[in-house]
Amino acid sequence: MLATVIIVFREVLEASLIIGILAAATRHVPGSGRWLVAGLLAGLAGSGVVAASTDAIGSLASGIGQEIFNAIVLGIAVLMLAWHNIWMASHGAALAVDARLVGNSIRDENSECSVLLVIVGLAVLREGSETVLFLYGIAVSNDGGQTSMLLGGMIGMLAGIAVGYLIYAGLLRVPLRWFFAATGLLVLLLAAGMASQVARFLIQADLLPSLAAPLWDTSAALPENGLPGMLLHSLIGYDSRPAGMQMVFFIAALIAIFIGMKWAARPRRDAKQ
Amino acid sequence: MKLGLFIALLVPFAAHAADYFLVINDHQFHPAELTIPSGTKIRLMIENQDASPEEFDSHALNREKVIAGYGAAMIYIGPLSPGRYSFSGEFHAATAQGAIVAQ
Repeated sequence: MLATVIIVFREVLEASLIIGILAAATRHVPGSGRWLVAGLLAGLAGSGVVAASTDAIGSLASGIGQEIFNAIVLGIAVLMLAWHNIWMASHGAALAVDARLVGNSIRDENSECSVLLVIVGLAVLREGSETVLFLYGIAVSNDGGQTSMLLGGMIGMLAGIAVGYLIYAGLLRVPLRWFFAATGLLVLLLAAGMASQVARFLIQADLLPSLAAPLWDTSAALPENGLPGMLLHSLIGYDSRPAGMQMVFFIAALIAIFIGMKWAARPRRDAKQ
Repeated sequence: MKLGLFIALLVPFAAHAADYFLVINDHQFHPAELTIPSGTKIRLMIENQDASPEEFDSHALNREKVIAGYGAAMIYIGPLSPGRYSFSGEFHAATAQGAIVAQ
């Protein structure tokens, strides 16, 4: 049962952390909560469909369909997180002062909310489909002990949700002065970590060279199946034995989004008048 | 970066990676230990003969892939330095254990 707890926990953890961070980051955006829930529901519905189509997706593109699918889902999530962070860099501070006052003047608020929906939907879709497959496997097997395994799944899921809630509650306690810097940094690292995972899937599909593999080996000090390794994997895409190409993607995403944020937050000329 | 990615998707430089085969049966890998040459890229073909899905998972190889029940999957691995690289079927880790030995 413990194995089941851990597997489901790991799958739920990543989506849960993303939702927790985004829920905190957009708490000043009017209506963000509803969009997050909509994204969650859409993602859950989608994971059932993806799980049922595993074989079909996998056999696409002569056997590398699953890698391409994951890379595309992650790639879209990276772009959406980048957009979100750049948007927050230009509007976040104003929203914190008075959401209602600013609300009317922000025309692209709806696009920010639909971006939230897409990010959460994709995160739940990717992790959820694996959980659905795993639980389906338990349900169809005749090994007995299904009840205890499904119970383990429930515990793992609740534990994963609890960690997401903890990061949400923790972020709300961050003083406003540092709040946008803190959430902005977390989202930036999330996006860069996902970019590195895009590279990993494309290497696995042999569509990208690995450059150096592994670039380093920290599996003894910080194994991925330990809790710190798991958390770091979800937060910044940590791999104990990454390929060089993953680091290239990580740094490229980090720099590109950071420049976008600086550009969006630049002082406007007309602001002084 | 997007354009680069797009081009990369169009130009697979899958040279001539040799094929190696694994079978999943009754939540076990056959063979449980697979010997491959080091320093060269290989293509691992995995056939799942069980009704339940499995996830090939290896932190040592930095690979993970879901394989549907009665499905098959293909994973590129390496080039590896000589050594032993363990992998598991994450969904049935109690029995689904194996290793790739690069020589």
